[in-house]
Amino acid sequence: MSTMSLQETAHHEGHADAHGEHHHHETFITKYVFSQDHKTIAKQFLVTGIIWAIIGGLFSVIFRLQLGDPNATYPWLEDLLGHWAKGGKLQPEFYYALVTMHGTILVFFVLTAGLSGTFANFLIPLQIGARDMASPMLNMLSYWFFFLASVIMMSSLFVQTGPASGGWTIYPPLSALGEASSGSKIGMDLWLVSMAMFIVSSLLGGLNYITTILNMRTKGMSMTRMPLTIWSLFFTAVLGVLSFPVLLSGAILLLFDRNLGTSFYLSDIVVAGKILPNEGGSAILFQHLFWFLGHPEVYIILLPAMGMSSEILSVNSRKPIFGYMAMVGSLFAITILAFLVWAHHMFVTGLNPFLGSVFVLLTLLIAVPSAIKVFNWLTTLWRGNIRFTPAMLFAIGFVSLFISGGLTGIFLGNSALDIHLHDTYFVIAHFHIVMGVASFFGMFAGVYHWYPKMFGRYLNNTLAYIHFWITIVGAYLIFWPMHYEGLAGMPRRYYDFSNWESFKMFGGLNEFISLVALIVFAVQILFVINFFYSIWKGRKVTTQNPWEANTLEWTAPIRPGHGNWPGEIPEVHRWPYDYAKDGKDFIPQDVPVGADESKH
Amino acid sequence: MSSVAIKQTNKIHPHKFTLWVGIGSIVMMFAGLTSAYIVKRNQANWISYELPVAFYYSAVVIILSSLTLHFSAKAFKNREVGAYRKLMATTLLLGVLFIALQIIGFNNFWNEGMTLQASVSYSFLYVIVGLHAIHVIGGAVALIIMSVKSFSKKTKNYNIVPVDLICTYWHFVDLLWLYLLVFLIMIK
Repeated sequence: MSTMSLQETAHHEGHADAHGEHHHHETFITKYVFSQDHKTIAKQFLVTGIIWAIIGGLFSVIFRLQLGDPNATYPWLEDLLGHWAKGGKLQPEFYYALVTMHGTILVFFVLTAGLSGTFANFLIPLQIGARDMASPMLNMLSYWFFFLASVIMMSSLFVQTGPASGGWTIYPPLSALGEASSGSKIGMDLWLVSMAMFIVSSLLGGLNYITTILNMRTKGMSMTRMPLTIWSLFFTAVLGVLSFPVLLSGAILLLFDRNLGTSFYLSDIVVAGKILPNEGGSAILFQHLFWFLGHPEVYIILLPAMGMSSEILSVNSRKPIFGYMAMVGSLFAITILAFLVWAHHMFVTGLNPFLGSVFVLLTLLIAVPSAIKVFNWLTTLWRGNIRFTPAMLFAIGFVSLFISGGLTGIFLGNSALDIHLHDTYFVIAHFHIVMGVASFFGMFAGVYHWYPKMFGRYLNNTLAYIHFWITIVGAYLIFWPMHYEGLAGMPRRYYDFSNWESFKMFGGLNEFISLVALIVFAVQILFVINFFYSIWKGRKVTTQNPWEANTLEWTAPIRPGHGNWPGEIPEVHRWPYDYAKDGKDFIPQDVPVGADESKH
Repeated sequence: MSSVAIKQTNKIHPHKFTLWVGIGSIVMMFAGLTSAYIVKRNQANWISYELPVAFYYSAVVIILSSLTLHFSAKAFKNREVGAYRKLMATTLLLGVLFIALQIIGFNNFWNEGMTLQASVSYSFLYVIVGLHAIHVIGGAVALIIMSVKSFSKKTKNYNIVPVDLICTYWHFVDLLWLYLLVFLIMIK
């Protein structure tokens, strides 16, 4: 540690002693349950997200068992799932329910609420220099609506007809007609009610994040001095606030179709020989409303991972982020384009080909800001003094996955190629790598990096390295072969491929993928053990700024109380990326600019 | 390291700003619904219809309520408690009248055979107008709280923020209704 930062640490600790922490009259309930402290709310989101991730991950392991060996029976599966796995074999209806819930849980409950909810709450006030969110009350409500959504979604797993099973995109008519399948009954209603609660939670959170970032920055923290994490969380919130309401309106129409006999999405339907009275509706209309959220949702998941990786790459390369303004500009461009590309999910719905070509163009345009970001991450790493901390490894892993998964997006964004590739394993491979695993890597990077700030302790490094290496190798082994299966036309969402001669050759490969999935899932459990064990038993953090980073959260005490800084909030004098400048390793944001200092 | 007194920069009250962002969010919801309406309008099976007369009266009522609320806020700023109370209560009454007129409108529409299930065109009307009415009811609840507070003897605290918040929201639902009305008249 440099002399300067030692002096600073001493100064801060003295400062903390002199002022003492802010003492509120707090009971167990107000401190840990109905807390209005953004840091506690962040941890609530994180822990709830981890629980969901285990459940969602477990679901994928169970349906991978089916895909790996369609003829095997597992008696323990019947003990676990009852009549859903009669004779130890997963029933087709429940296979669909598992796939649906896996998607729903991972997309919304883990990578939206678990990711944004955790890091927007934790980092926004700490990194912009605010005591808390603009409205701590709304913030608390945001978590509790999420909790309510979680309880309802969880309860749908236990109803007799099972949870929703029409796919996470809940396309009508499967989602609109109770008669369509067992998962279209009460499970689907619970899904919709849960998502309505979830949307309320997201909106309350998003309103707060935007207001806090625009209104509550400390003195000197101009927009162009904000860390890239904050920029990314800002754009994420903007995306959420503008796109979730459209899903809500789509879901309301669906609720009407389900329960009040309207025909927004239904027309000319025959179920089991019976002609339904619904007329005049269009299932495609739902797809438009869904994907108007659905595509921005991809970036709601991805942008926070981008922002956190940018920050972590810079800190651990001991170099300024390359092209700060280009990074902000490309985040902005991605945000705008995110609203203009939804129909690329609908190329084969009978979309007007001219309209399709417009969406192809807009979709491929996203490659430009994405490439700028990748270039800047690589140039930040270039000739850096790299510290391979677990967070850094996951951030580098994020960049790798973003490139690998992003490139296949260029194939899928092309409407002509998409006619062949849509609804195949190629799509599964693409979005799992670029959105699923990549965002998970961003999230892991964030957890490893900010864990000392959250809990005042470190995670175990050895376990972290095992976690990283098995996860990155495993993720590629799982999803890379799926590209080839998809190119060969293997469709997604099928229960059993062994009946098709053309897919028989993939039998061994599917078994291999399932085996790797099992190992990768086991390693995630190792991470969860590390996470909870370290909260109480991890190595204690003894320095205020363990990563020698520049951002404001490291100027707060090791375990900040409610209000974050015991004394005055620090004033900001520079951008957050003054690394390796004028012979100094790093210069925190609250250090005034020296008279002879060079410009960055 | 500076530890001098530093104030956070407050340009606009955070609650007001939050409300504006929230309004943006509500706008997106109705944008979604009205664009879905346009898409359906251009497909087969669409049935054109005349709006119930009560909806035109309700537009007049909600414009009036916006005016009374505006003057109520003005009275509050000039610390004329009596005028503030009366105007706030009047606004609330007009708000309730608006909701009553919407219900009457729905009733007449339904009784003429244009029920929720009869056609997608009517379904859209019920959903869009109904969702707007729910937003007005939300505002009316806030107005009830404000009216009760205005008559409470403890109100000596001239905090303008809640008054400003309800004004902004109420004018918004007013404008939203005018937009929806024009939209439904033009595209049917």
